[in-house]
Formats: sequence, C-alpha cells, structure tokens
Amino acid sequence: MSQRDKIQPHTIIALVEDRPGVLNRIVSKWRQRGFNIESLAVGHSETAGLSRMTFVVDANTDAEQVVKQVDKLVDVVNIRDISTEEIVSREMAMIKVRVDAGNRSHIIEIADLFRASIVDVSSESVILEVTGDEAKVDALFELLSDYTVIELVRTGRVAMLRGSAVSHPRDEDEEPERFQGFEPPYSVK
Amino acid sequence: MAELTGAQMVMESLVREGTEHVFGIPGGANLPLYDAIPQYYPKVRHYLVKHEQCAAHAADAYARVSGKVGVCFATSGPGATNIVTGIANAWMDSVPLVCITGAVISALIGRDGFQEADITGITIPITKHNYLVLDVAEIPKVIREAFHIASTGRPGPVLVDIPRDVFQQKAEFVWPEKVELKGYRPRLYPDPAEVAKAAELIAEAKRPVILSGHGIIISQAYDEIRELAEKANIPVITTLLGISGFPGTHPLYMGMPGMHGMYWNNIAIHESDLLIAAGMRFDDRITGRLKDFAPNAKIIHMEIDPAEIGKNVRPTATLQGDVRNSLRELNKHVQHVERPDWFARIEGLRRDHPSITIRETADVLPQYVIQKLYEVTGGDCYVVTGVGQHQMWAAQFFWYDKPNSFVTSGGLGTMGFEVPAAMGVQAAKPGELVWSVCGDGGFQMTMQELATIAEYEWPIKFAIINNNSLGMVRQWQQLFYSNNIVATPMRNPDFVKLAEAFGVLGLRATCKEEVEPVIRQAMEHDGPVVCDFQVKGDENCYPMVPPGASLGETVDLPTYEDERVEVTA
Ligand SMILES: Cc1cc2nc3c(=O)[nH]c(=O)nc-3n(C[C@H](O)[C@H](O)[C@H](O)COP(=O)(O)OP(=O)(O)OC[C@H]3O[C@@H](n4cnc5c(N)ncnc54)[C@H](O)[C@@H]3O)c2cc1C
Ligand SMILES: Cc1ncc(C[n+]2csc(CCOP(=O)(O)OP(=O)(O)O)c2C)c(N)n1
Ligand SMILES: [Mg+2]
Repeated sequence: MSQRDKIQPHTIIALVEDRPGVLNRIVSKWRQRGFNIESLAVGHSETAGLSRMTFVVDANTDAEQVVKQVDKLVDVVNIRDISTEEIVSREMAMIKVRVDAGNRSHIIEIADLFRASIVDVSSESVILEVTGDEAKVDALFELLSDYTVIELVRTGRVAMLRGSAVSHPRDEDEEPERFQGFEPPYSVK
Repeated sequence: MAELTGAQMVMESLVREGTEHVFGIPGGANLPLYDAIPQYYPKVRHYLVKHEQCAAHAADAYARVSGKVGVCFATSGPGATNIVTGIANAWMDSVPLVCITGAVISALIGRDGFQEADITGITIPITKHNYLVLDVAEIPKVIREAFHIASTGRPGPVLVDIPRDVFQQKAEFVWPEKVELKGYRPRLYPDPAEVAKAAELIAEAKRPVILSGHGIIISQAYDEIRELAEKANIPVITTLLGISGFPGTHPLYMGMPGMHGMYWNNIAIHESDLLIAAGMRFDDRITGRLKDFAPNAKIIHMEIDPAEIGKNVRPTATLQGDVRNSLRELNKHVQHVERPDWFARIEGLRRDHPSITIRETADVLPQYVIQKLYEVTGGDCYVVTGVGQHQMWAAQFFWYDKPNSFVTSGGLGTMGFEVPAAMGVQAAKPGELVWSVCGDGGFQMTMQELATIAEYEWPIKFAIINNNSLGMVRQWQQLFYSNNIVATPMRNPDFVKLAEAFGVLGLRATCKEEVEPVIRQAMEHDGPVVCDFQVKGDENCYPMVPPGASLGETVDLPTYEDERVEVTA
C-alpha cells in the first residue's frame, strides 16, 4: 500500500442497470459491514438503460471484498476501485451566503479566486457554484466561514479514468466465451 | 398463444422450466395462483406443508438431491416472512431456489396494506436476486431469468414477488428465446496459465491434501475429483457439505476437517505444504483461527465465485470456473507421485489418534445409533440431519459412498431442517430410502410436518437422537461456560405417542439391544416411522477445535475418566 492509499479514501465507480432497487442492493452490501459511504453520485451513463455511480468510502474500509460482492449483483454490470489509478475526479457544490451592501464585493472576489460562478443573486444572499476536487470546495467553504453561510450542498465526487481508457470495459471484450448454460445437475431447458 | 392470466403464466413458465414439484401454503395474496394449479396437474404437483419455512426447506433439499431448481409458494406478509429462514439457509449453502410470493394488490403496496411485508426489501441480502413484478406481461421473462440466475454460476435463491392483481391480469404469453443479463455472466472455464501453475504445484508438493467441498456435488464432479486424487495420489478431505462428493470407503478418503473434523485431518492440514481446494469456501468452522491456518501451505483454489477467491485465504493458483471444468483441465496435467513419508505420517496420526472410536458403555451412545444405522442400511440411503451434535456424529460415523446422499444445513445451521428437508428428498427420490437423523430439539421445531408426511405417504424414517437436551449448546456450556447449564435440558413429549397422533408409526429404543431391531422394524414398515432413540444425555462431540484455536490445537477424544476435558480458548 502506498502512502497515498492510506490517506486517500477509496474512489469506486460502477456501471449498473437503471432499475428500481439497484441502489438499495448495492448500498445494502456496505451497510451489512457497517461501512459508511462518504459520498455517492448517480446519473445516466453514455449507454441508454445503464447508470453510472461514483462512491467514496473511507480509506480504512476493506473495500475489496465488498466490491467483489457488489460485482456479483445481477444489476451491476461492472464495478471497480480506481483509487490507485490515474483519474480525474470532480465535485460540484452550491453555497448560499448571506450578503449585504458592505460585503457583496468581497464575496464576489473570493468567488473569482476559486473560479466559482454566482448563479443566484438576491438583496440578502448569493449562491456560488463551484466545481473542483473536494479540497477546493473545502477551501472555499473555509474562506466563506468569515461570512454567514446559509446552506451548503455538494454533489459528491464523480470520477473517470484519464486518457482514452474505458472505465468499464465490457465483459465481451475481456471474455469472448458466452455463458452456455450449466451442465447437469442444474440444467435449464 | 392465447392470453393467459398472470397466475397461468407463472404455472406455464414453471412447466417450461421443468418444475414438477412445488411446496407451499395459499393465502389471500396468492389465491389466484392456487386457482390455476389444478389446470397444470399432474405436470406440476403442489404439496401443502404446515409452515412456510418448511416449504422453503423442502424445496431446498429437493434441489440438493434432484439437481433441479426447488420451488416454493407463499402468500404475502406472514407467509412471505415465514420463508425467510429457508431462503437464508439456501443462500448460505448455495442451493438453487425460486420462491414465488403473493403480494398485496399493487395499489396497496407501500401503504401498510393488510398482510403487507416488504419481502423484496427483506430478502435483498439473502437472495442472488429478487423481483417485484408490476407488469403481467413480464412474468415469463422474470421466471425464466429467476431460474437461470438460481441455477447457474454459484447457485442460490431468487425470490419473485407478484401482487394479487397482477396474478389476475391477462396478457399474451411470450417466452423469451434466451436470457439477456448484462451484469450476469458466470465464468466457467479456468485460465490455462493457472491450470499449468496448479499442475506444477501438485508435482512439487510433498505433503498435499485435497479439500473437496460442496461445489463438487453441485457440479457433479465426482469422477473428476476421484481421478485427481487417484492419479496424483493425494488424500481427500471433504467439508461437511462436501461429504458424499467422494466415496466414503475409498482408501484415500480421510473424512471431515474443522471444528469437529478428524484429528488427523486437522493436523495434516496444519502440516501440509499444498491445499487443493475444490468447490469449498474456507468457512471459519474449517479454518479455525485464520491467521494460523495451514501455515506452511500453498493453496490452489478452484472456485466459481470471484468473491470467494482471496476472501479468507490467498491462493497461489486460482482456477476460477466450474470446478468440473477446472478438474478436467487439471487432470490432463497431473502425474502419479509416490508419497510414502506423507502417507506414513497420516497413518501414524490415525493410529495414535483414533478420532472415531466408540467406547463400550452400558448406555446407548448416540454414535452407536449412527453406527448401527450404517451397518443396517449398508449406506444405501439418503441421510438428512438437523443441526447439533447428532449432525456431527452423522457426518463422522457414516460412510457415504452414494454420491450426494448426505443432506445437511451447513452455513446457516438451521435447527428444524431435518424434518422438511427429508420431505424434499423423498419427494425427489420416491423409491429411495430416506433416513432423517434428528435432534430432539430440532425435531420439535418442525415436527408439525408429520401431518404432511402422513398425508402424502412419504415413507421417511426419522431417527431422533433423543438426549433430552439442546446437546451442542449444552456441550459449550459445559466446556466454555464453567458447566453452567442454562436452558438446554428439555422434558420431551412422548415421541411415540406423538407419531401415532399423526398416523405415523412410532418406535422406541431405550437400551443398546433395542437399537438394531428398531432400525430394522422401521425399514420393514412401508410408511413413515419415528424412532425415539433414548441416548446417553451428556455425551460430547469430539474431536473439537475450541473457539479461537487453530487446527494445530485440535482436542482429540478425551480419556473419559473425567468427561470434562480441559480446553483453553
Ligand atoms: C454445528 C455445525 C458444525 C459444523 N462443523 C463443521 C466442521 O467441523 N467441519 C466442516 O467442514 N464444516 C462444518 N460445518 C459446516 C460449515 O459451517 C460450512 O457450511 C461448510 O464447511 C461449508 O462447506 P463448503 O465450503 O464445502 O460448502 P459451501 O458453503 O456450499 O460452499 C461451496 C463453495 O463452492 C463454490 N461452488 C459452488 N458451485 C461451484 C462450481 N460449480 N464450481 C466451483 N465452485 C463452486 C461456491 O461458490 C462456494 O464457495 C458445521 C456446521 C454446523 C451447523
Ligand atoms: C433455529 C436455531 N436456533 C438455535 C440454534 C442454536 N443451536 C445450535 S445446536 C443447538 C442444539 C440442538 O439441539 P438438538 O436438535 O437436540 O441436537 P443435539 O445437539 O442435541 O444433537 C442449538 C440450540 C440453531 N442452530 N438453530
Ligand atoms: Mg438433543
């Protein structure tokens, strides 16, 4: 285990069937072990009918066994822990801050510094939208703590491999042989 | 094809999957399904049990011995929750089961409808997959998939929950040509490089043992495992669930390992330099203290489930795939090796530690009953067991030459399995002799099924090993809880009268002389029989690996001057 693994949480990505209950089945495997999921992002993938998930779980978690068990779920096409791979990972956050005539320009300055955009303005508040890794979001939130933060919401991390590699190589590529049906005793007609 | 109701679709799909026997109980939510049953008789026969748990266990045992998928029906709410233990049992022991439950009408789901229980939610952790069907037209596809998932790869239970109104709706019956599941494609053939590596390990090994598991029975690799053992000249140890996967009287057969395994096996594993694990999952009952398990051994793991590989032990060579395919490949590459030192060492252990001797006593020892059962039947029968001491003795004192003839609850350890499981076996094997070795505790958990057994005239022979005790737990209290005996002694009913009340023949043996005649009389009777064997109540089961100990610290048979052996955890 490299130094990096020890401090970095696990980033796990999954390609799953877009069906009711799939999230429940996956999360159930983590729950059974008492593992906490730090963040979870789900949305459509490039293929119709398949969703893409990104999980972040604590670095101390024995993720390997759970990942294997999740991979067995019928609704899960593929899952992998990409913590030690070259990846791009981002999250988005919105922060609603109380403003007045006196501090509005300071807050806009801070937003600029973080390349955050202001997506909503009212006489008493602004909403900042920021994208980056968790550290960047944390840093912005930290700076804004001198002001009154009304709300913070974060999407959780989304991640993919760098370069042209496919994050979820489909089984067909790995293993040409198709399932032929089980020989006796458990044969299906 | 004409339009069918959802219920007819279920039955039609079962027929297409080759289901002939179903166990279950009707109720409000699955009444439409029961309404359709007569139309499919006698292609599909339904057996009415007395508790849904028993429907699931019967289907489970049926599957184990028939090699087909077991099927059970239950209604919503309490019917569905009653099968949960049966599903968990099948899940732990990799048994293919399709459970079809009725659900409250779709409009009531999630609104605390009468007899609603979220059974798909409840069973997520103990099924390979489950379905809630809300569109009647999906039923054939769902049932087809359910059978496919249950029976392929590592087998397991699948639950299909169908609301009452969906059973009643009609649609065209469309049977899918094939099953398309993107996320499910079990790998069946091992990597040739790993096969070669395994063959090399076997050629180099000085002290190899084969650990033959349930996977051998599941894949029916009896010939293949035997070929490996004989060709490479390697002794064979079977796990509890692997028993009857390798002939019990074969000269290379060594019995069971683990917590109540043979002393010589545990020491042999501890000293071994190569474990060849075939279709077994290194359960903690087998490994003892994991960190000191087989400290000198390299491991070849033949396993179909990727999540089992590396879970408890790190293999040197991994043959992922159906173990029968893996063995066929491997057998091409192995050669005969004489291993005189290794066999001499094992012979020495067997001589110095005769783990399964039965001492002379005035009382009826439980082991003596099992030994007599073996002598009288010649091993030509199916043996079903409950969970506890009697289960261990049935594993130790009976030699299973008949493939797949030992049916027991291993992973979940479900007391009460002995009665319904015997029904499943007898339903699958009508002309065959079925002996169920029961605990007096376990028998009383499911004995209401004697009514079912009498009704269907299943000629099952029950041997209650009656120690008036939850014996296995009593043993632990004695050995590890300072002999503080709490809630394990039992005042039992009169099992003979009880049997008679159900219309079943009841017999009793209270002394050694009566044991064999009772067994013979039971076998001469054409119908079901309950035999009450009143055995020495405080007998303990050995050898034993104390909890937390390693296999190297196995405690062998005590000297019996003092029943209480010193064992330290
Ligand atoms: C009171 C009690 C005491 C017990 N004591 C002992 C004991 O002393 N010793 C002992 O051995 N057991 C004991 N057990 C049983 C133990 O708990 C386990 O159930 C048992 O050891 C599991 O055996 P197994 O790994 O062979 O079977 P399973 O648990 O059924 O595992 C089978 C394995 O084979 C794999 N497999 C399935 N099909 C295939 C295929 N086609 N190809 C390849 N792989 C396949 C599966 O994926 C799985 O990993 C005890 C149980 C009880 C209740
Ligand atoms: C359903 C269930 N409840 C509790 C247990 C815990 N347990 C394991 S063995 C055992 C005693 C079994 O007693 P009996 O059936 O009489 O068999 P014996 O050990 O006496 O042979 C108990 C209570 C269990 N395995 N299953
Ligand atoms: Mg008992």
